[in-house]
Order: sequence, then structure tokens, then C-alpha cells
Amino acid sequence: MPVLRMLRRNLVVIAGLLTLAYMILPNIVVMVFSLNRPVGRFNYAWQEFSLDAWKDPCGVADLCGSLSLSLRIAVWATVGATVLGTMIAFALVRYRFRARGAVNSLIFLPMAMPEVVMAASLLTLFLNMGAQLGFWTVLIAHIMFCLSFVVTAVKARVMSMDPRLEEAARDLYAGPVQTFVRVTLPIAAPGIAAGALLAFALSFDDFIITNFNAGSTVTFPMFVWGSAQRGTPVQINVIGTAMFVLAVALVLVGQLIANRRKSNAGH
Amino acid sequence: MSVTKAPPAPEAEVRKPSTRRRLVPYWLLLPGILWLVVFFALPMVYQASTSVQTGSLEQGFEVTWHFRTYWDALADYYPQFVRSLLYAGTATLLCLLLGYPLAYLIAFRAGRWRNLVLVLVVAPFFTSFLIRTLAWKTILADGGAVVDVLDGLHVLDVTAWLGWTENNRVLATPMAVVCGLTYNFLPFMILPLYTSLERIDGRLHEAAGDLYATPATTFRKVTLPLSMPGVVSGTLLTFIPASGDYVNAELLGSTDTKMVGSVIQTQFLRVLDYPTAAALSFILMAVVLIVVTVYIRRSGTEDLV
Repeated sequence: MPVLRMLRRNLVVIAGLLTLAYMILPNIVVMVFSLNRPVGRFNYAWQEFSLDAWKDPCGVADLCGSLSLSLRIAVWATVGATVLGTMIAFALVRYRFRARGAVNSLIFLPMAMPEVVMAASLLTLFLNMGAQLGFWTVLIAHIMFCLSFVVTAVKARVMSMDPRLEEAARDLYAGPVQTFVRVTLPIAAPGIAAGALLAFALSFDDFIITNFNAGSTVTFPMFVWGSAQRGTPVQINVIGTAMFVLAVALVLVGQLIANRRKSNAGH
Repeated sequence: MSVTKAPPAPEAEVRKPSTRRRLVPYWLLLPGILWLVVFFALPMVYQASTSVQTGSLEQGFEVTWHFRTYWDALADYYPQFVRSLLYAGTATLLCLLLGYPLAYLIAFRAGRWRNLVLVLVVAPFFTSFLIRTLAWKTILADGGAVVDVLDGLHVLDVTAWLGWTENNRVLATPMAVVCGLTYNFLPFMILPLYTSLERIDGRLHEAAGDLYATPATTFRKVTLPLSMPGVVSGTLLTFIPASGDYVNAELLGSTDTKMVGSVIQTQFLRVLDYPTAAALSFILMAVVLIVVTVYIRRSGTEDLV
């Protein structure tokens, strides 16, 4: 009975941990199979331990080329979406103006649209324009669908800002530009950073919109998709593992910096 | 991070802002809104136009107001539409059932492990979802540990009876597709739920306890109602992309589990039947927007942010 009561009390913890395990399991499998030497073209069954793939992660034609292309697109999409999105977020929170409802709707709709619909409609636009499908059409598409998420993230942060801080700056004779650079921007920075990170992740990992609008250009997700049909090299697992480890490390470092800043602020 | 709208500062005196200041929001909005109008709204117009065209790639296409394409598309691909909505709905429900305990755990029970758990929820975002979805091929493979356990527990007997698996195998079945969808969109459910739960004042739980409410009653009367904004956001962010997804169905399913997104892709990129593809895309958009609108109205939480 004590065991049963303990179980009952911690049911939420157990259920939560099971969900967490479910979420992490594929990453574990990706890591383990990056150390596999598969028989045949597909890396789905464990055969033999090997570090060959880690020694030569770019040993598959076009793999690292597609990876660097995806990184370039993601960086520029992040810059574009973050700049445009931050401006929109400030306008929405800090000003009253006509057409505010329409703007809010225009921001919300891309998030309420299945990706395949946006992908298909963009393709019809580019076909009608006679645009050459490739790097630029993909970049345009990525900025478009990342914008809404940046606006949402930055808007949430700006709404939680205390306007009295900016009033204090003005009372001390700071001009609008100085107030923005010294007070507003630093306080909004966490929201902007969150929006930028989200945009980067969404852009780098996008497959559906890219697939429709890339023409013969091959991004990393498209390379992985193609390999799922033709044969999955172990190097793909190496890249996947490296991404996961890097992501965990970056987020943990971010947490440490945030915690240090908090403890400093406490003094 | 607590998100509350700051009360408007009281005006010492009411006066009209200068014309230049009144134009500031429009300058801030212009580049971003232009981008969305040209590359989001305008493409929808072109797609609508494409859907009522006839012709072929060789002869060219022309607008003939051929609305019959819509009925033909629906008649031909009705099963894929129904299947997509069913899979997306099921995955959304599973995301809610699986995601809520984890979000609750992070918000109220994780203590000093909170940051680590949040990292583990967010980190998969930065690993290619295609690679992680391919991993499910290994996990759900015939003769694998997971399938053996499910078989031993007779779970597969139940799912076979429901029509979700057959012959004790999971790959290439609806169950595998729904498993992949649930897995891929789970973070989109957990983060809004966590944000919503985090805002709940712990003292409300204590007050409920002081009034002799059981934990179950506290959850039903206090926690769940207060977390509804997160539930609504999470279910929308899960259902919307899942309904148009075709990656999970292609990688983990079979020809019998194709979703409408896959048909749209095939028609546009391989068959090159642009009018049919555009019509299918428009129908999917309309269905999803209707579902979303009705859902938001009924849930009473229209402010999603």
C-alpha cells in the first residue's frame, strides 16, 4: 500500500518522465547508429561497431555542401525575419493605429496555415513570375514563414516591459534614439534572441516549403529526404548527433549566462 | 517569464501627437507587412487563379473558370483528406495527453532540474526532424525491442483490432504514422502548456487544499481552467502543421496511409497537374481555417499570444 500511495502521488512525475523519454529516444538511436557499420545501403539495423563515419563526416558526396547551404540560408533568413519581425512587434505593442486588427490577422494567418499550402501557393507565384527556383526563392520563403514566429516572441517580451524605465530615461534628458539604444533594446534583447533562435531552427530544419521552391538546389533536409529513398549513409547520423550535442551545449551555456546575470543583479 | 500587458501610462495632458510621430508605426510595419503581402497573401491569389485554369505544361495554362476541378479533386482524393484530418486529430489528442504531464512536471515539480528538462525538450528542435523521424524506422522495426514489448503486452492485438496495425508489425501502418506525427509536434504542445502553467500562482493550489479539495478536484477546478490558453495554443500549433504534413506518412507509412499533403506535392512536382494541386491546396486551407476559427470561438480564448 505505501508503494501504491507513492506511485499515485508521483503519477504526474512518472508520466512526464515517460514523455521525456519518448522525446529523447530517437536522438539516442541516432547517436548509437552513428557508430554502426551497416551492411547494404540503409542504416536501420545494427551490425558492427565502427568509428569510420566519425573519421570522415564529409565522406558522402554533396552531404556537407548541402549542410553549408542550409546554414547560409538559415543565417540570412534569421537576420531578415528578426529585423522585420522586431519592427512589427514594436509597432503593434507601442502604438495605436488604424489597421491594427488587419495587421494582427496577417501575422496570425501564416501560423494558421498548413505548410504545404504556403509551399504550393508560393510555387504558383514563382511560376507565374518566371522566377528561377533556387537559393533566393528559398530564402524569400523562409523569411516569410519565420516572420510570424519572431513577431510573436518579441511581442511577448515587449509587452512585459515596464514603460517607466523609458520614462525615467527621458526624464534624465535622454533623446529617443539614446533611450532606445540604452534602455529599450537591452531589455527587449532576450525576446529578440528567442525569436532569432526560433527562426534559425525553423529555417534550417524546413523541408516542405523548401522542397516545393528549391528547384534543383539541395538543402540538408532535402539531402536527408533523398537518402531515405536511395540509401542512408551513416554520416547523416554523425551530423544529427553533432547537432544535438551542440544544441544541448548551447542551451546549457545560455542558461548559465542567464543565471549568472540574475545572481549579479541580486547584489 | 511572466507576460502581462503593461497598463497604459496615464497622460498628464491629452494632446495630439505630431504628424511625424503618428507615422512611426507605419514605417516600422512597412517592410515586414510588404514581405507578407507579396510572399504570403499574393501567392494565395495566384493559387486561386491556378485552380480555375485548364491546360498542360506543353500547351500552357489559361484561366477558364473551370470550377469543376474542385469537385474532381475531392472525388479523387477524398480518402486522403479524411485520413489527414483523422491522423492530425489523433496526434493532437495524444500530444495533449502526453505533453500535459511533462509541462506540469516542468512547471511545478522539477525544482532545480527544471532548466535541464527544458533543455531536453527544446534541444531536439535543433536536430534535423527528418533524421529523428528516420530513427523511428529502427525503433519500430519488426523484431525490434519496442515491437517485441508491445507484442508481449498484447498492445498490438488491441491496435490490430482497431485497424491501426496488422500482423504484429508497426512500420507501414497508421500507428507508425501517428507515432511520428505525435513525436514531431510534441514540443509545440509542451511549450505553450508550460508557459501557461508557469503563470499559475502556486498559492491557488494551496488555497484549494485549505478548502479540503482533493488533488483531482484542484486539477479539475483550478489548474486545468487556468491553463486553457496554453491548451488552445498547443492544440492549434499541433493540429495545423500535422494536417498538411506528408513527411511522416512517406517515411513511416505505406501507400495505404498517404496524406493529402503528399498528393499535393506529387501533383505539383511530379505529375505537374497545377490546377488539381492548387484546388487540393485551397480545399485543405479552407478546411483548416474553418476548424481553427470554430475551435477558437468555442474555446473562448481568442487572444493566442
